[in-house]
Amino acid sequence: MAEQLKWQLCTVVEIRQETPKAKSLILDWPEGPTHLAGQHVDVRLTAEDGYQAQRSYSIASPPGDKHLMLTVERIEDGEVSPYLTDGLRVGDRLELRGPIGGYFVWDARNGGTDGPPLFLAAGGSGIAPLMSMIRHRASKGSKVPTRLLYSSRSYEEVIYREELDRLSAHDPSLRIILTLTRRRPSNWTGYGRRIDRAMLADTAWPPAEKPLAFTCGPTAFVETVATHLAELGYEPGRIKTERFGPTGG
Amino acid sequence: MAEQFISRGFKGRARDTDRARKERIPPGQYETKEFPVLSAGPTPRTPIERWDFSIYGEVAEKLKWAWDEFQGLPRETMTVDIHCVTKWSKLDTLWTGVSVDTLLAGIDLDAQPAVRYLIAFCDGGYTTNLPLADVRGGKAWVVYEFDGKPLDPVHGGPARLLVPHLYFWKSAKWVRGFELVTEDRPGFWESVGYHNYGDPWKEQRYAGD
Amino acid sequence: MQDNDLRLDGNAAGGLLNEIFRFEMTAAQATCGGCGTRRPIGEMMLYQHGMGAILRCAECDTALMRITYIRGCYCLDLSGMTYLRLY
Repeated sequence: MAEQLKWQLCTVVEIRQETPKAKSLILDWPEGPTHLAGQHVDVRLTAEDGYQAQRSYSIASPPGDKHLMLTVERIEDGEVSPYLTDGLRVGDRLELRGPIGGYFVWDARNGGTDGPPLFLAAGGSGIAPLMSMIRHRASKGSKVPTRLLYSSRSYEEVIYREELDRLSAHDPSLRIILTLTRRRPSNWTGYGRRIDRAMLADTAWPPAEKPLAFTCGPTAFVETVATHLAELGYEPGRIKTERFGPTGG
Repeated sequence: MAEQFISRGFKGRARDTDRARKERIPPGQYETKEFPVLSAGPTPRTPIERWDFSIYGEVAEKLKWAWDEFQGLPRETMTVDIHCVTKWSKLDTLWTGVSVDTLLAGIDLDAQPAVRYLIAFCDGGYTTNLPLADVRGGKAWVVYEFDGKPLDPVHGGPARLLVPHLYFWKSAKWVRGFELVTEDRPGFWESVGYHNYGDPWKEQRYAGD
Repeated sequence: MQDNDLRLDGNAAGGLLNEIFRFEMTAAQATCGGCGTRRPIGEMMLYQHGMGAILRCAECDTALMRITYIRGCYCLDLSGMTYLRLY
């Protein structure tokens, strides 16, 4: 049974520049219930003449954090994202409802190595719900074998890059694989193309290990990853997808 | 009831209408210079060699045209204003196509006066219903060009219905034909709460308006 | 197929469905009346652009749910779905 969600107000306590185009909003939401990693909130903006626009944003913070984090990538001709990245100020309030979702969620359970290997595939700002999962996994001391394949346009546009480096440096059971699709640093030795079947064959857990896959990002990205994982032998019920629309939210 | 929270500084997309054009904008609408895409389903991709347009129903006649035949029908180019129930209006849109009068010419409607309605049916399953009186007398077309270029699939190409005097959901995208009937039958949106007729000047957006 | 990139999936309908149903709906399983495919609502295609929300089968595009919210009233057409499992 689900509680009927109500629109509530939260307060912006910090705005953090993650990459040139992406910012994280750190929100104080006193009545906010604990969420599950992977869930999202609906954000609603209302103009003075009553006009409203609504979008969904994944919660990037892990369950149990004091504040809620949403990470927003500015879409140039977007209606909502430019307001969230450039219109909001610390102290402003934001109307939202949630947490929402029971399909695209992951629970670290009891920590340790309990649970199937996790394969996470992120496209651009699609990293947000997967970061909630990775942070949740870390906070629970989970050692479930986890691989993140993360596609970004360039090194500068890898959201949470330093935190991902730090988490994986201290945890051999967490492996981060980046692919940079448009620009690469001169000394780059990693992947430099869009995710394709060959890259997934090389990086994803073998189906025999009964892995659980989560993929999130632009619609075309998610559909490509899901199709290839199914072709590689992943059970369709173990490939969870969340589409962000044309350019990732 | 609690007052709605207003998001400081949020304006949304441009909604101010130039005063000189205001009388062309129906109540509750705002002018847009864009051409928003609203779809209730995936864009169909019917290959042109398989496309045809049919007219049939509770009438004695059955008509059908393949694409080349349809292109050979007398064509018109017109500039009209269009009004979407989601509140945007776009003025001076340019279309080319075949008048519905031309398409219905092969049906003897005078001899079958009980047939008073049309259901437009489309690739992807969309339907909309109209009184025949609203698509005759130069009020409606099946168009295949927008702005002098072949109609983009996202806007309904290869061909869509165009009925500018009603809300734009009646201008069915990806239209493949008309079923002519004696009894009105609500279409895709009309059957889930939208107005059966849809006159923007009377703000007939929803059932009961 | 660029314009199909506009579509979302059933996850984004979670908030709307929560207004209507007492269950968490994105994990609910629905069977398509068109092709018999049974999948969670989170895996359906969502077309939601102003007039209403249409959830379609990921395999055959049959409209499983049509939802509008007009003047405080919800209209639901579920005729495309033959079975819905809520938990």
